Amino acid sequence: MYAQMVETGTQKLRAVADMSAQERAFQERIDAGIKIEPKDWMPEGYRKTLIRQISQHAHSEIVGQLPEGNWVTRAPNLERKAILLAKIQDEAGHGLYLYSAAETLGVSRDDLLAALHSGKAKYSSIFNYPTINWADMGAIGWLVDGSAIINQIPLCRCSYGPYARAMVRVCKEESFHARQGYDIMLALCRGTPEQKQMAQDSLNRWWWPALMMFGPSDIDSVNSAQSAQWRIKLHSNDELRQRMVDQTVPQAEHLGLTVPDPALRWNEETGHYEFGEIDWAEFHNVLKGNGPCNRERLRTRAEAYEDGAWFRDALVAHADKRDAARHRAA
Amino acid sequence: MSKEWPLWEVFIRSQHGLAHKHVGSLHAPDGEMAINNARDVYTRRNEGVGIWVVRASEIVSSSPGDKAALFDPSNSKVYRHPTFFPMPEEVKNL
Repeated sequence: MYAQMVETGTQKLRAVADMSAQERAFQERIDAGIKIEPKDWMPEGYRKTLIRQISQHAHSEIVGQLPEGNWVTRAPNLERKAILLAKIQDEAGHGLYLYSAAETLGVSRDDLLAALHSGKAKYSSIFNYPTINWADMGAIGWLVDGSAIINQIPLCRCSYGPYARAMVRVCKEESFHARQGYDIMLALCRGTPEQKQMAQDSLNRWWWPALMMFGPSDIDSVNSAQSAQWRIKLHSNDELRQRMVDQTVPQAEHLGLTVPDPALRWNEETGHYEFGEIDWAEFHNVLKGNGPCNRERLRTRAEAYEDGAWFRDALVAHADKRDAARHRAA
Repeated sequence: MSKEWPLWEVFIRSQHGLAHKHVGSLHAPDGEMAINNARDVYTRRNEGVGIWVVRASEIVSSSPGDKAALFDPSNSKVYRHPTFFPMPEEVKNL
């Protein structure tokens, strides 16, 4: 999900016989389920892949605050406002855990942010869509956080210790996000016909982008195969997407909403839902920077960073002054 | 370019009587901000009654490469475990 444009540097998977002794020992630890920690030897490709994926995951959390931040001042009541704020605070925390995990691999926070602001590093495609009404807060919590949970639970078992541990913490907090979103949808669908229609409209706009979050089919992807061998990626994109559809359709039915896919049908033999073709052209276009909100999201993030520089510098100046005073007194 | 904030490791005591546990890290300009930020990010759900923050640069750690040599002495001293000593069944309180 966060591995968009992540290059493992692999042209084809190496057979054990072709690996150096160090690489073989490394691969054996991975296969034995032993966690790799920051100071352990690791192939350069492993390090680079993780820096890219973890930092893009972190960027997604921080940029992900923006679509919801849009509705904090317009929540229907004080309780829902407080709850939405709590969710947004959680996203900041998730960004922090992930940046911290990425930094253990030998990269600085400033460098990661520079890559984001320059457009070199990506974040999840879903956050480039606008939130145009309150029902979108429900759809996002339900569908977007719901999809993120499906992706993140396997990551709790990935091979890199700091990333796996960050995921455990994130997953604990994420389930409130999904419930909060579904709770909003429940309230709307049990409300007036206009409120239910707003919920339906929201589902109509967020359903396909949520399915796209999992990325295109990666059966033939060398990068995915390498990530799987390194136990960074434990399930294919299609597997996770199927899981999301199977879980979510009954939830939509309970709300009395229609999933905007005429091809959607339950297949009794496979025990899964069949669903329609995804428009991957839209996905790639959004990733390239042409989604509805790409430019606004990046501009907002870059401005927040630049506008906050004086405050960060002032805190450092204050800390330095205090240190100097303490040394003089000592 | 502005000076980067130093890295701090965060340890939380979750309940009285328990030891502090490492929960993660953060950047902050000084100890006071580090504690406040740790409170904001690592104790949103009443996870703690106490916080330690330590500059990451002050932490001394063993090297993974030295693991074998460092821990080898204890591998052969199995008599440090009570289970090494079988006791007669009839004897109580040992």
